[in-house]
Amino acid sequence: MTDGMFDVDRIRKDFPILSRELPGGRPLVYLDSGNSSQKPAQVIATMREEMERHYSNVGRALHTLGAESTAAYEAARDKVAAFIGAPGRDEVIFTKNASEALNLVAYSFGNPTCDDERFRMGPGDEIVISEMEHHSNIVPWQLLAQRTGATLRWFPVTDEGRLDLSRLEELVNERTKIVSVVHQSNVLGTVNPVDGILARARQVGALMMLDASQSVPHRAVDVAALGADFVAFTGHKMLGPSGIGVLWGRHDLLSAMPPFLGGGEMIEAVWMDHSTFAPVPHKFEAGTPPIVEAIGLGAAVDYLTAVGMDEVLRHEHELTVYGLKALSEVPGLRIIGPTTAEDRGGVLSFTIPDIHPHDVGQILDDNFGVAVRVGHHCARPLHLRFGIPATTRASFYLYNTTDEIDALVRGLHHVQKVFG
Amino acid sequence: MIAESLYQELILEHYKHPQGRGLRDPYDAEVHHVNPTCGDEVTMRVKLGDGGKVEDVSYDGQGCSISQAAASVLHELATGSTVGHSLEVVEEFTRLMQGRGQVEPDEDVLGDAVAFAGVAKFPARVKCALLAWMAYKDAVARSSA
Repeated sequence: MTDGMFDVDRIRKDFPILSRELPGGRPLVYLDSGNSSQKPAQVIATMREEMERHYSNVGRALHTLGAESTAAYEAARDKVAAFIGAPGRDEVIFTKNASEALNLVAYSFGNPTCDDERFRMGPGDEIVISEMEHHSNIVPWQLLAQRTGATLRWFPVTDEGRLDLSRLEELVNERTKIVSVVHQSNVLGTVNPVDGILARARQVGALMMLDASQSVPHRAVDVAALGADFVAFTGHKMLGPSGIGVLWGRHDLLSAMPPFLGGGEMIEAVWMDHSTFAPVPHKFEAGTPPIVEAIGLGAAVDYLTAVGMDEVLRHEHELTVYGLKALSEVPGLRIIGPTTAEDRGGVLSFTIPDIHPHDVGQILDDNFGVAVRVGHHCARPLHLRFGIPATTRASFYLYNTTDEIDALVRGLHHVQKVFG
Repeated sequence: MIAESLYQELILEHYKHPQGRGLRDPYDAEVHHVNPTCGDEVTMRVKLGDGGKVEDVSYDGQGCSISQAAASVLHELATGSTVGHSLEVVEEFTRLMQGRGQVEPDEDVLGDAVAFAGVAKFPARVKCALLAWMAYKDAVARSSA
């Protein structure tokens, strides 16, 4: 951030954990940000200060601390709203994570307490997702289909790891109530085109949701420009703490939707035989929210804004180009996902012949301090699609370097030696 | 270089050259066990004979070197043994795996399976080593039922 220029060494100094040593004196090479990101000192300090000086419950406490905490909590909402280009701050709902945001929307459909036509669902209605979804954008819709008798349909994925939209018109049709797809795949890195799907959804009167858990942390996302109806993402993948996520939705839809969880602070008035509900966003924020976590997310948004999301994207694009080339030099290594960096984020998943990802990950960690994720990354249908049980995944963020990719490649050569 | 104690030569050898792999007939019981967190799986068949003799342990599966080598070592130890003795080995193996690296393994009971002692220090991998052994215990229980 020196002189407005992106400087990864300067950035790394903001992340205390990156300078720690692992047992045995190994340096930490953290290539697992797609799983969860590390936190800059600014986020840690903000959360600490909130707890040391301002903490109390929000919304309901009339004293000084209550006012300060409420102001900080609501300021975090303003920051998130500005960060994603939300037309209104009330369209930003704090959840505990992206999964809750997706479930919140899924539970709005087929709910007998909601008579809005857009959220009615029953036999004959259809929900469309894709083969490249994270389980959190699959299971809520499977459960919805089971509750309502609706049919769940899937966009296929091409061998290159792109969405196959060749049957778009047939898959998204007048029976479709909602299309929910991932904006950037957590396994393939693929950034999906929204426009064509959205245009078709609009044509048939279906709603559209984006799982943006892997895009909002890594590129400038403007929800108004994207034009979808709902966008879900999570704080812990974007330098913020765990326990805080976001649902953005169009105001008129959020207002028409039934409450999700009932409890304190989401009501207008409660009688013994019924209740009326607070306006959005509070209608969807039952109970004491994750106060410190929301404020921490606000600090993360400040940090990313100061760096500049275009700079983050540019840096990660360079790492992706470098990483794709470096991995192509490992004998037999197969990238699962696009092999070029176009419309692709810094997530590199791969297999190595005759060596299971768990063994790859174990040796990378134990011998080289390289932290990657191994397994199906909560995207089992996608792995089945590619006929593999698991992959090894290296995922990059603004604090990663080409040296760390070199360490990964050195580690992979050693893995092949052990199993050779 | 902690992993050196995990990936013992014997484990790598069994992984590269699994013993007794492949499902065979006849059998008394077949079980399928999975490890949902990592997707490892094993299908195991057991054929018992007179006097509690274990005539065959056949298996197929997929997963990491630890889980696959553990199945191979189990095949060697159990086939030709007796139900009683093999379950004693399973018990000792389980005690070792769940001992967080603090348990001194009984090599007389475990034989080659002692090579897995290092796995006990990696809590995330213990379930890999135990997968086939738990499947065997289950299959024997079903065979005897």
